[in-house]
Amino acid sequence: MSATEAAAIGLTHGGSEDTGLGHRGPESKSIIVPYGFWLFVLSDIILFSALFATYASLVHATDGGPVTNELFSRNLVAVETGALLLSTFTCGLAIIAAKRANMLWTQVWLLVTGLFGLVFLAIEISEFAMMIGEGAGPQRSAFLSAFFTLVGCHGAHVTAGLMWIGTMMAQIWTKGFGPPQVMRRLLCLSIFWHALDIIWVAIFTIVYLIGTLP
Amino acid sequence: MFGRLTWDAIPLDQPIPLITSIVVILVIAAIAIWIWRKGWWPYLWNEYITSTDHKRIGVMYIVLALVMLVRGFADALMMRMQQSLAIGASQGYLPPEHYDQIFSAHGTIMIFFMAMPFIIGLMNFVVPLQLGVRDVAFPTMNNVSFWLTASGALLVNLSLFIGEFARTGWLAFPPLSEKAFSPGVGVDYYLVALQIAGVGTVLTAVNFVTTILKIRAPGMSYMRMPVFCWTSLAANLLILAAFPVLTATYAMLMLDRYLGFHFFTNDGGGNSMLYMNLIWVWGHPEVYILALPAFGIFSEVASTFSGKPLFGYRSMVFATMAICIISFCVWLHHFFTMGAGADVNAIFGIASMIIAVPTGVKIFNWLFTMYGGRVRFTVPMHYLIGFMVTFALGGLTGVLLAIPPVDFVVHNSMFLVAHFHNVIIGAVVFAVMAGYTYWFPKAFGFTLDERLGKIIFWCWFIGFYLAWFPEYALGFMGATRRLQHISDPSWTPYLTVALIGALVILLGIILTVVQLLYSIRTRDRRRDLTGDPWDGRTLEWLTLSPPPHFNFAVLPDVHGEEAYWTRKLTAIREEKLIEEPKYEDIEMPLNTPVGVLCAFFASMTGFAVIWYIWWLAILGLIGSFVAMVWYAWHDEHEHIIPAAEVAELERERRRVRGELLKTLTVQS
Amino acid sequence: MDTAGWHDWSTRRRLTIAAATAFLVTACNRGILNPVGPVGSAEKQILINSTAIMLAIIIPTIIATVAVAWWFRAGNKKARYRPDWEYSGAVEMVVWAIPALTVLLLGGIAWIGSHDLDPAKPLPAPPGGDRLDVQVVSLDWKWLFIYPDQGVATVNQLVVPAGVPVTYHLTSATVWNVFFVPQMGTMIYTMPRMTTKLNLQADKPGVYDGLSAHYSGDGFSGMQFKVHAVPRAQFAAWVQGARGAPASLDAAAYAELVKPSSYVKPMVYSAVAPRLFDAILANRAPPPMPPKTTPPAMHVSPQPPLEPANVR
Repeated sequence: MSATEAAAIGLTHGGSEDTGLGHRGPESKSIIVPYGFWLFVLSDIILFSALFATYASLVHATDGGPVTNELFSRNLVAVETGALLLSTFTCGLAIIAAKRANMLWTQVWLLVTGLFGLVFLAIEISEFAMMIGEGAGPQRSAFLSAFFTLVGCHGAHVTAGLMWIGTMMAQIWTKGFGPPQVMRRLLCLSIFWHALDIIWVAIFTIVYLIGTLP
Repeated sequence: MFGRLTWDAIPLDQPIPLITSIVVILVIAAIAIWIWRKGWWPYLWNEYITSTDHKRIGVMYIVLALVMLVRGFADALMMRMQQSLAIGASQGYLPPEHYDQIFSAHGTIMIFFMAMPFIIGLMNFVVPLQLGVRDVAFPTMNNVSFWLTASGALLVNLSLFIGEFARTGWLAFPPLSEKAFSPGVGVDYYLVALQIAGVGTVLTAVNFVTTILKIRAPGMSYMRMPVFCWTSLAANLLILAAFPVLTATYAMLMLDRYLGFHFFTNDGGGNSMLYMNLIWVWGHPEVYILALPAFGIFSEVASTFSGKPLFGYRSMVFATMAICIISFCVWLHHFFTMGAGADVNAIFGIASMIIAVPTGVKIFNWLFTMYGGRVRFTVPMHYLIGFMVTFALGGLTGVLLAIPPVDFVVHNSMFLVAHFHNVIIGAVVFAVMAGYTYWFPKAFGFTLDERLGKIIFWCWFIGFYLAWFPEYALGFMGATRRLQHISDPSWTPYLTVALIGALVILLGIILTVVQLLYSIRTRDRRRDLTGDPWDGRTLEWLTLSPPPHFNFAVLPDVHGEEAYWTRKLTAIREEKLIEEPKYEDIEMPLNTPVGVLCAFFASMTGFAVIWYIWWLAILGLIGSFVAMVWYAWHDEHEHIIPAAEVAELERERRRVRGELLKTLTVQS
Repeated sequence: MDTAGWHDWSTRRRLTIAAATAFLVTACNRGILNPVGPVGSAEKQILINSTAIMLAIIIPTIIATVAVAWWFRAGNKKARYRPDWEYSGAVEMVVWAIPALTVLLLGGIAWIGSHDLDPAKPLPAPPGGDRLDVQVVSLDWKWLFIYPDQGVATVNQLVVPAGVPVTYHLTSATVWNVFFVPQMGTMIYTMPRMTTKLNLQADKPGVYDGLSAHYSGDGFSGMQFKVHAVPRAQFAAWVQGARGAPASLDAAAYAELVKPSSYVKPMVYSAVAPRLFDAILANRAPPPMPPKTTPPAMHVSPQPPLEPANVR
């Protein structure tokens, strides 16, 4: 690199050639922000793992009440899963459009992502309402407390994600793709949304699939 | 309208909390008015409260920690006094329902609002400087983290004045902490305050892991980082991995209490053993979150004040990361007596002992750092030696506790309480006092009074042994912890000596305040004019004291371990500073009120949730969301410091350094 | 660091030994260092052995720390300054080896000790082969001891035959507690809806202190009880006498007992409702009263220690 470039990032002795395994200096913001956000997502995954551990410990603590097989419908879960997986796909399409600074398609795909997320939530809420109506609410037993909390926590994250999608749509609309923080935030949103999908795969497997084994 | 909040919440019939609350409110008001009269509020607002500068945020954390030290220690004194008086026929001056809140508050405050903020404050101040960079990865989020922690501290202290605190101990084990056995607001204050503070802490971890891994001066590879940065990395990785478990566990207890769930209740299939496991999966890493940076501080102090590099740098790094990982594998040693069976107990016991290996290695390496050095007995060095002696004994008792059959007779006894105070005071308190003294001149431009500093050390050292060695004996005599009343009069002499020890420590704390005020008064006698008052070895000593907002005019090139020491030696040998760099504009983040705003709404929401004032809770949540969105709409997040200004500051630094250089020769 | 006397090697060593001895001797009274049974004795032995092993390393380390710091003080011209000495493979090896070997040794002790002293492991039967079963229930804030084979029960008073291994089955009616008699050894949690099992034995007759070692609420400090280890014949006589006690532990009496109270005077029940322990375990016994918000409903007043003569 040239001397001016080197000076610009604070190198005064012609770069770090002599540092062997050395380091170029601070990374740029476009690397730092998603990296930090990934770390946050990892910590969130650990939060979920505590809830998974709780669920696994309490899955048989039904206090004489309903058990997994009586409660879960694979069909409903399949639709929910489909909606969420599709939303992840459309989220990816939104990022592609945003990288091309295409306002229309970014907004369209973000909206579709949000709508799929809403479908997911609607199904989940109706499932919860049905269970509560049948007397299988979270206050019935430890197993049900664990179920509602694990799945509900994921649902709460989806809800937060939807609020974020709405906010991002508004921000992109008003500011365009110019400010670098807009693109960075969009990237973080997509990391979040994909992570939600990963957690859902785990929930769907551990709670619904295993729970409806004969 | 106001949920379950009524006028009964104010403890008009309990003189101690009532008078304390009134005095505290009056003191806070007096200080606020004094600041206003001096015209300092705008300065505080601009320079500290809304600051995104890691150095300022670090100072705020430490101020919070020192204030909470006073509150936590007041609780400790009250406990010691109660146990000295309530022997045999006497019930002392604290009825159980009050005493039980005091020991719960003592633990909660000391761990979450004294030790954590102190350590985080020191990491905040020092790590970016040692890495040779301008700030942490996310300066605004750093500010938010601090204010969320402060919000938690506020809520805990509010419980003294409105309502009550938890009467469950600092970890709030169920079923005692469930609604059925603790129907009041106390446990809710505890849970809500810690959830809010916990968010702040996790954000700090994200910040520091990113900073240490992605933002370092050019040439600073991992194996050229100062050991304090390695220990900070390890501690923040632990926070990142452990605190979410705490968040989940508290959330589950809150769901039990607020919505009638059955995670840990006695009925409905709840399992209180699950809480024990989850909370200690967090709890054990937590103590290493405190201890690892403490070890890092001592590594810096040992090498600086021995005039030698740290012995066995690679071993120290390896030992640090080993402790980091193993700390997640030992949690069951907190409940050997739960009856998990011999195999399980033995495995966890052995794992707990294995952690003593890297810890022992560290002690030996500090010893060998001093060996062959030129040891200067400054105040931080006193703390290092005091720590090495005290922590060795504390570690011994820890390994004893790790042997299940021994734990079977000392679990939950005063032996246990003495052990953890031994390691916490010996390692964490001594370390933060050393760090506070060591880095004070860098922060404020003058050193603290040395003679008072040494007296304070001896107060802590002697006070610790007087206060806690009798407790080891009491543990052997069958004394369990958390007793409001002592039935065996033969314990009286031990309890009296323990009280005297606590009073000696009290003297130390009072003198710490005196030392600060006196040092400020007489600061002109001990100005740090060069920026390097201790002949330091790491990059923070390259800057003037206090450093400019941007820390370094150009980021230093790092050419080996001990970046600054190498550079200093080169300058001395060549008899000149490095070539003057080309100055550029520097972008630094703007101040922001978003942290205070978020904390304000968090406190509002928290208070509302505690007292079941649902409309206020919703208002608070909306307020937080609006504050975040409002912040997100800003386009300007940074301001430019023009190259000319940078040049002027840097030239002044070079002038001072040039003067210093003329007086230095290489030590042979 | 300036006081000359402290650095006088022999003075310091003598003072330390004197202090440690005084320390330990006075701690010997009625605690874990004065065990009266096989479990407590074994645990004390492990405690002393492990402490000695570790002190053998810690004391020289502490002395070396102070000595090295003092010798290499900046003012000492006789000490050799080696500013570049920051690594030595040999030193590292020793430095890793010492703690590792210690931990290896102590780990072995921990493994063997954990298995030998597993609370659930029955103690060897004495000649004559008697054993005793006692069911323990922790309440707010007292201890209920049920003798299922004898059909009697006591509160805050545990009478056992000396020299006979006793198997305890423990639970709690309310919140967690810990059943602990320091001189007999191992303590164990009592947890609601769960049973824990403990085996202890008192070799010689005497009166030993018992307590709860897990904070359980406002009346926790009053959860003390006495253990009376008596010769076998006297135990049989005591059981006979207990069967003549006026009160019996039926459902009504249990409902009364379950109300929060502390510093409860020892009580004896002549009969026990059948399978009361199982009912408490399954949450089918009368539930405990919910605690009131401050101030508490219970009356707290300390009682004088139980005299041996109070045991009938």
